[in-house]
Amino acid sequence: MKTAIRWLLIAGLLAASGCSSLGVKPWERDLLAREDMLMNSDALDLAYDEHIYFSKEASSGGQGFAGGGCGCN
Amino acid sequence: MQLKKKNIAGLLSVATCSLLSGQAQSADDWNVDSAILFYSETDRVDAVEPVISGKKDLGDDEILSMKLVFDALTGSSANGAVPSTMVQTFTTPSGGGGGEEGEDEGEGEGGGSYQVAPNTTPLDPTFKDARAAFSMNWDKPVERDRRRNLGFNFSIEHDFTSLGVNGLWQYDSNQKNTSWTWGTNIELDSINPIGGAPEPLTTMAAMSKGSDTETRTVLDLLFGVTQVIDRSSLLQLNFSLSQADGYMTDPYKIVSVVDSVSGEPIRYLYENRPDNRYRQSVFAKYKKMFAGKDIFTASYRYMTDDWGVDSNTFDLTYRFRLGASYYLQPHLRYYQQSAADFYRYFLVDGEAVPGEVSADYRLGEMDATTTGIKFGREIDAQHSWSIRLERYLQTGESSPSEAFGQLTQQDLYPDLEATIVQFNYSFVF
Repeated sequence: MKTAIRWLLIAGLLAASGCSSLGVKPWERDLLAREDMLMNSDALDLAYDEHIYFSKEASSGGQGFAGGGCGCN
Repeated sequence: MQLKKKNIAGLLSVATCSLLSGQAQSADDWNVDSAILFYSETDRVDAVEPVISGKKDLGDDEILSMKLVFDALTGSSANGAVPSTMVQTFTTPSGGGGGEEGEDEGEGEGGGSYQVAPNTTPLDPTFKDARAAFSMNWDKPVERDRRRNLGFNFSIEHDFTSLGVNGLWQYDSNQKNTSWTWGTNIELDSINPIGGAPEPLTTMAAMSKGSDTETRTVLDLLFGVTQVIDRSSLLQLNFSLSQADGYMTDPYKIVSVVDSVSGEPIRYLYENRPDNRYRQSVFAKYKKMFAGKDIFTASYRYMTDDWGVDSNTFDLTYRFRLGASYYLQPHLRYYQQSAADFYRYFLVDGEAVPGEVSADYRLGEMDATTTGIKFGREIDAQHSWSIRLERYLQTGESSPSEAFGQLTQQDLYPDLEATIVQFNYSFVF
């Protein structure tokens, strides 16, 4: 728990302190606007992977919600 | 029993990236992604899973999306018992036979049991399941720099039903270079094991059944930030909490109780897991475009829970552009987890039975690697297809130090190997 909170704090501080100096102007978004640069491009692949690994391993979530599931098979 | 698919995986990204993309969809058009996946484990489970999802811009950047998933699974699933030098006989979940679980392939007469050959990992050959799942999400700008995404999902199998609602809120700052997201998911599960849920820690032969219906609730919280680094790269960081309460036991899994000298199984107990679980995870994903065309994606997840499971997941892809409309994308994933505190390969006759115990290999210490390749083609602005081939290999400790007697001659954690083939087709209509 403490480790996770520490990570969160670090991430938050980095974001809060560093973000203002990062980024692009609105007219510089040509590459970022491409479909394949979306964080969730290949969404069906991500969903399939989540399903497979959720069925075979003891971890889930991270990018999205962990959810419940019965953990069977 | 098949688990519920996490349709909401990636939902956060949908929200955080929608503003980044700025992509326009034509009103009245549905953007449709369809796919079919074939999953085959060596000597174990086979699955087929078609999916269709559609997304429509309702105007003013208000987006409605829906998804329908089916899957059918057949084959054999490890029941948790250890191998023996002798033939082993197990009771099927349906007990007296005639249940929905499928045909009894054992040699025992009258159904309700199956046999496993000597020196063989016990697999329940009666595994068969089908599932349908539907989800819907409504993503809407609520102010100039805020979005709201509300959704629900429903999943049903013959022994499992799940209903979930979720909400995500996003706030953009720093000229929309930073997106802050927070959300919650509430899920209600109903588990109806074939023949009723076994009384935990009772012997398999006694077939002592408890309740017909068990329930579970899950509450997830998620906090995330996505940052544009520069013109060609993005970084996403998420922190998640998940609290599950209720029936977490796998009603079809057992644990062998072995003789304290020979190591031969004497009887089998139904497993029992804690009735709550608290998980935390940190997830980071980085994406960068090289030379204005190739895309490198790397992600890492650390997860820890109060069952004693800690895991690390690394995932890498690199998309090589081959001309204007083709791409080739190798994939490498590495996963490692520690065992749950109550995981045991077996129990020894004469020792006190722990209050919580499971021999489910998925709760054991393991490594897993996935190697894959994907080939895709964008036919035009509205049509594309791709094919993905992957190989999954899971390995654990086959000869743990606690093994003795005949157990030292057995593979107590056999490798699990699976082949995955997937076709995608996307179109607009």
